[in-house]
Amino acid sequence: MTVPVLEVEDLSVSYKGDRGGAQRVVDGVSFRIQPGEVVALVGESGSGKTTTAQAVIGLLAENGRVDGGAIRLAGADISGWSQKRLDAIRGARISLIPQDPGSSLNPVKTIGAQVEEILAIHRRGDRASNRARAVELLARVGLSRPELRARQYPHELSGGMKQRVLIAIAIALQPSLIIADEPTSALDVTVQRRILDLIDELRREFGTAVLLVTHDLGVAADRADRLIVLQGGRIQEQGPAAEILAAPRSAYTRQLLADAPSLAKAERRAPRPVGEGDDAVVVDGLVQDFDLPGRGGRFRAVDGLSFAVRRGTTHALVGESGSGKTTTVRAVVGFQKPTAGRVLIGGADPAALKGEALRQFRRTIQLVYQNPFGSLDPRQSIFEIIEEPLLNFERLPKPDRARKVRDMLERVGLPQAVLDRRPRALSGGQRQRVAIARALVLDPQVLVLDEAVSALDVTVQAQILGLLDTLQRDLGLTYLFVSHDLAVVRQIADTVSVLHNGRQVDDGPVEAVFRNPTSDYTRELIDAIPGRRLALSA
Amino acid sequence: MTSLQTIDRAVPARPARRPAFSWLGRLQPGLLLSWAVIAIVTAWAVAPGLFTGANPLAGVPREKLRAPSAEHILGTDALGRDLFARLVHGAVNSLSGAFVAVAVGLLVGTAIGLIAGSTGRRTDAVLMRIVDVLLSVPSLLLSLAIIILLGFGTVHAAIAVGVTSIGRFARLARSEVILVRRSDYVEAAFGSGGRFGAVLWRHILPNSVASVIALAAVQFGTAILQISTLGFLGYGAPPPTPEWGLLIAEGRNYIATSWWLTTVPGLVVVLVVLAANRIGRSVGRRTI
Repeated sequence: MTVPVLEVEDLSVSYKGDRGGAQRVVDGVSFRIQPGEVVALVGESGSGKTTTAQAVIGLLAENGRVDGGAIRLAGADISGWSQKRLDAIRGARISLIPQDPGSSLNPVKTIGAQVEEILAIHRRGDRASNRARAVELLARVGLSRPELRARQYPHELSGGMKQRVLIAIAIALQPSLIIADEPTSALDVTVQRRILDLIDELRREFGTAVLLVTHDLGVAADRADRLIVLQGGRIQEQGPAAEILAAPRSAYTRQLLADAPSLAKAERRAPRPVGEGDDAVVVDGLVQDFDLPGRGGRFRAVDGLSFAVRRGTTHALVGESGSGKTTTVRAVVGFQKPTAGRVLIGGADPAALKGEALRQFRRTIQLVYQNPFGSLDPRQSIFEIIEEPLLNFERLPKPDRARKVRDMLERVGLPQAVLDRRPRALSGGQRQRVAIARALVLDPQVLVLDEAVSALDVTVQAQILGLLDTLQRDLGLTYLFVSHDLAVVRQIADTVSVLHNGRQVDDGPVEAVFRNPTSDYTRELIDAIPGRRLALSA
Repeated sequence: MTSLQTIDRAVPARPARRPAFSWLGRLQPGLLLSWAVIAIVTAWAVAPGLFTGANPLAGVPREKLRAPSAEHILGTDALGRDLFARLVHGAVNSLSGAFVAVAVGLLVGTAIGLIAGSTGRRTDAVLMRIVDVLLSVPSLLLSLAIIILLGFGTVHAAIAVGVTSIGRFARLARSEVILVRRSDYVEAAFGSGGRFGAVLWRHILPNSVASVIALAAVQFGTAILQISTLGFLGYGAPPPTPEWGLLIAEGRNYIATSWWLTTVPGLVVVLVVLAANRIGRSVGRRTI
């Protein structure tokens, strides 16, 4: 049998806390990667998957420490090596595609200089030949006009293009192992698919092994030969991808599979009974322009969007970044006056309201934000956060307020014990529940969810979606659900509008749009949903 | 390659201490010393009688310009007054002056910054241009001008010093407010029907005030120095008040024969300013 590219044996890593205590985050992890193989390290946040990857390449955070175990690269144990010694192999024999392309390139150096740098560090060739090689690499990763790109700076490139540059750097010296740490989680689905295709293609061409770190079981299912499922720093299960997906042995893997929206077998909730002629939200010919700074030009973010949402149902707005979703949301909740067109919420037009009337209008529609870490005031307790909207309108006596807050907390499924905690003591999912409780405490008719589950792990995401479903049934709420994730939309929405560059390219009942998309763009979006390999084999 | 920075490998952990003594490891001697200096000077201001029995104002002419001795540990001045007694009794003037100065700067400056940062547009532009003017005049010149307008005296000197720091507080408060103002939780508060004033008070102020408080601690040391400067120039407390700056000015005439008269009050001012600065920096670091 051939020598594995990477062999990790009984690896344990811990982080030193502020107060001197050490916390074990990776515990007795062992796995092997054979040449040319794609191995996916799957787990939720806090499972130790990124820490494992960082330990392999010797880039643990300053307070991290390898407590034990061996990391053998082609048979040689590198776990005890100094940084200086590791420098010689990093980039050359083992390289990294980082998570966030936005912050992983040096903003003051040209793209070409950054690709040349890796060649110069490892003393390959002279300047002229390195420059030529850099352009060649940029062409290889599918960037158009590579000579031009080499002279551009990172801010002139889109997220997907930056990730291609990082891939070019990673493959420059044709390493035997590439570690891809969530290489596409910051990118739109269609871009994600192209980037993963590229990694696949390069792997086949060079015979490079890939360690793919991802939280998305759908991506792992599509791309990996073998899966390693991590939870709480321990391996729950590992083996060939097809076997694990077909017959998961551990309960945790089964849970992950059940919760991943892209892998769910068309299991959707019962559609809402649609009443006649009663629209809670009407958007009619919405146009939103923004002035461009400097040149005095105008940019049209939303162009003639129209849809209506029946009371008690869920309408989804789907699109990639820059499609005008968030702009639409801001006009709908009355944070922004539309350039043209009309928005009606329960018969009232927020653009026509001012001052006190606008304030009263806000009771009818509430917004839940994408990032549960930024939308809660870090200095308030959970009780204060949920109580605050009540203080803004007619003052209930204190005991009534407290009762209302407690009721709402129970509705969103949080224990009473969290009431006097601060947001930072809560997990992401718990915070999002608090944000939902704050939005619902005023008994609004419409709840706008702006990517409200996108930042959450799949199991937490499934729980929040379940909660939203229950709340809708109990309270008769109308949801406007904004998302880039078609799989989630398919689960929760009744009707959908697909946005592309500010225009509505498709709309109608969810199942109809999914079965017979009328536009190429919608078709491309649907094709880009990860996890299709599994769906086809099932 | 940009993503491969060299990070020093973590040094092997020291043997774990028992948690009860773990704070010893984080002790900073400089910070401790600073707190001690401030504590002593505060005690001087609160209860000067505990430290010296001598009268700071009435001198004994026979005992003028004595060198430090057992009886007068820091010697006496030209009128035969005990220098140590004058230092101890002077603490209350210098410290309360600094407090007033910082309070003026903190309250007025934060208010301007808060209003400018949260309203934006024209109000912001007008307020910040006024602040620019304040910052562009040299602070000593500005405080002298204000004293001439208000009249001499300890409180007036303190206010004059405070006015010079308004600009700095306003700038900092505004930048913090603008950051907080853009956050989702402030928008959510408006979205749930919050009135402007309520949101300002509940969310924007508490979340932007931390670094302003840190600046106040640093500014405290500067204020002592500025008040002493004004006292030295004769714009502060009138004689025979034992204010520190005045002590330095009075001792200056005898620097050739009785150098301690100028040097010791000068050293006290330097120590207190350094201590206040050190504490201010530690406060700033904790809030970040």
